[in-house]
Amino acid sequence: MGLFSKFIAKIKGENSFAPADWQDLEGELLASDIGPTLTRELLEAGRKVKSENAQEALMQTLTSHLCDKSRQPLTNPDGTTVVMIVGVNGTGKTTSVAKLASHIKKSGSSVVVAAGDTFRAAAVEQLQTWGQRIAVEVISGKANGDPASVAFDAAKRAKEMKADYLVIDTAGRLHNKSDLMAELEKVKRVVEKISPVNEVLLTIDATTGQNGLAQAKIFSESVNVTGIILTKLDGSARGGIALAIEHELDIPIKWIGTGESEGDLAPFDPDAYIQGLLA
Amino acid sequence: MFDSLSSRFSSTFSSLRSRGKISKNDIDATCAEIRQALLESDVALEVVESFVAEIAEKSTTALATMQSGTNQANAIFEIVNASLIEILGGSARRVRFAKNPPTVIMLAGLQGAGKTTLAGKLAKFYADQGNTPLLVASDLQRPNAVTQLQVVGQSIGVPVFAPEAGNGVGDPVKVAKAGVEFAKAKQYNMVIVDTAGRLGVDADLMKQAGDIRDAVHPDEILFVVDAMIGQDAVRTSQAFLDGVGFDGVVLTKLDGDARGGAALSIASLTKRPIMFASSGEKLSDFDIFYPERMASRILGMGDVATLAEQAKKAFDGDTSEKLEAKFARGEDFTLEDFLDQLSAMSKMGSMSKLLGMLPGSAGMKKQIDNFDEGEIVRTKAIVESMTPIERRDPKVLNGSRRSRIAKGSGRAVSEVNNLVERFSAAQKMMKQVRNGAMPAGMAGMGLPPMPAVKASIAPKKKSKSGNPAKRAIEEAQ
Repeated sequence: MGLFSKFIAKIKGENSFAPADWQDLEGELLASDIGPTLTRELLEAGRKVKSENAQEALMQTLTSHLCDKSRQPLTNPDGTTVVMIVGVNGTGKTTSVAKLASHIKKSGSSVVVAAGDTFRAAAVEQLQTWGQRIAVEVISGKANGDPASVAFDAAKRAKEMKADYLVIDTAGRLHNKSDLMAELEKVKRVVEKISPVNEVLLTIDATTGQNGLAQAKIFSESVNVTGIILTKLDGSARGGIALAIEHELDIPIKWIGTGESEGDLAPFDPDAYIQGLLA
Repeated sequence: MFDSLSSRFSSTFSSLRSRGKISKNDIDATCAEIRQALLESDVALEVVESFVAEIAEKSTTALATMQSGTNQANAIFEIVNASLIEILGGSARRVRFAKNPPTVIMLAGLQGAGKTTLAGKLAKFYADQGNTPLLVASDLQRPNAVTQLQVVGQSIGVPVFAPEAGNGVGDPVKVAKAGVEFAKAKQYNMVIVDTAGRLGVDADLMKQAGDIRDAVHPDEILFVVDAMIGQDAVRTSQAFLDGVGFDGVVLTKLDGDARGGAALSIASLTKRPIMFASSGEKLSDFDIFYPERMASRILGMGDVATLAEQAKKAFDGDTSEKLEAKFARGEDFTLEDFLDQLSAMSKMGSMSKLLGMLPGSAGMKKQIDNFDEGEIVRTKAIVESMTPIERRDPKVLNGSRRSRIAKGSGRAVSEVNNLVERFSAAQKMMKQVRNGAMPAGMAGMGLPPMPAVKASIAPKKKSKSGNPAKRAIEEAQ
């Protein structure tokens, strides 16, 4: 039995929680990576819950920590919708770009992708292989070339082709490297000379700990993140850091990644996520 | 990494030190602080609890035998330090080389932990020590992981065994086995097997990792883990320990600002030593993991040992000896020497990384993060735009020379003036030092004051003249 239901059962049955049970709950909340601060808040809220409507109240407490911005993908009504995928190294940007492009294509829109990760060895080839698999055009430049120029060319090409969507892959970068963050800002700025960037999606690895908050904060300051892709949610990690990010920074999770195939991308479902945190 | 942990510990201990006598309550309060700090750093709850309990117990015992408050604070500090070192692995262990080469090292870890990059770093590290490593591309899962390893291998001049193109095709177990046989035949003394990323919950892929292990009989299986990982480190490391087993841990992406508490969890729960630390985009950003250094860093004592080592590497013997000799002869420190030092400094890595290793750096984290790396490049550009005569004797720098230098380096004349001014101040200081006592061996590290933080640069004066030469003269006054 998951801890959440155990918790509910106890409250319903005995009307009070033994200290050991509170400790259990604290352990579970911490283990989901939502962080010690949010854990404390939730425990305090939990202690106030009356036995009758415990389940509802607890779900509500957790849900109230989600942000209330729309989780709908942002689009450009007047032309090509430009989506940028950003994030730290190894969080699954390139895979997410491919999955997203595949999703867009399946929903009947035209899409091109830009191989903006010119830094990591063979990242361009990785995306090209994906492009062949999902039959989507990949625009790429030279290895170690200027990512902004690749993105610029891609934006121009997408506009000429009148493509519905352009998805731009970027190189992984640690948010504490100001030069690399400046490079990312430049990519966005240069693309916007052709058409506005409608959506900036930040990939957050579900296994990430409290550092995820710093990642989201700094990427947002730099390129105004409009949504999160929570990746690798098919593992044992519950991705509680995303709740902390939603709560602290008011950035909505829009997509979740659950595998290595192109179909393993789904719109974020708040209820399933909240239950998964404690299950 | 561990920055906030160290700043938190710093403030906890400084408040302890200011106390005359430490009571049992003080210890409890300190332990509560440590608990919160460790949790915020992603250390697993069970590890935190046992760590804090240990500190409380040892501190209480030590307290009974202590006299003054200062000693007590120091004693607690020492206890925390020693306990951290103990958990982080006691003393660092080196890779065990096989009696009959090749030594086989197998890498395993989650997707995106940084295995392929690490394979390259490890190969370079051992190739630089005179070994002959062979990289084996057994990640046939991720699109173009094989190509990535080939590019990495090429850039460091290490051969890559890649009979399969990957992208989901081929048998990684066969590739690994063939790779080791190839290495034996061609007499490579080391084989590094890169494997696909896999989740701890993926039974099929875990079994495959076990099969690779059984096929190549590795001397070391290294579990590669992202320093940013959270509480899942516990489950994942346990799953890898059960599924494939590992002998050591490698922490990657340590150049980020993650506190890396997972390192404590993994080392403490799996009892496997953290062997290597990977910290940067370049293939040379890699080192043996030093528990003592990391513990010092956690406690805000800085990582001077690493800094000194890097300095030694970057300032080659000649340069520093030349400089020391020059200094002893009573010659002036010139802009030429300054340029040498700037170049050596850029070899040591980013300034923010260097500053971060200094003791007390936890308190100036913000300034370090805001450090403008371009400042060194710009300063170098200015010095490089000077003629040798000007570098040796900056007194000849009149307005027209300054204007030429400014044009040559693409900087404003005021910046040239600024540099010259600061340089002569530094020169003056060096003279004073020479007249006083100067510890031997300091010259190599004796950097003149640098424009360390951008904010510290004096604001530009509003100029009256549009003519750069005139302006220079005006500003020089």
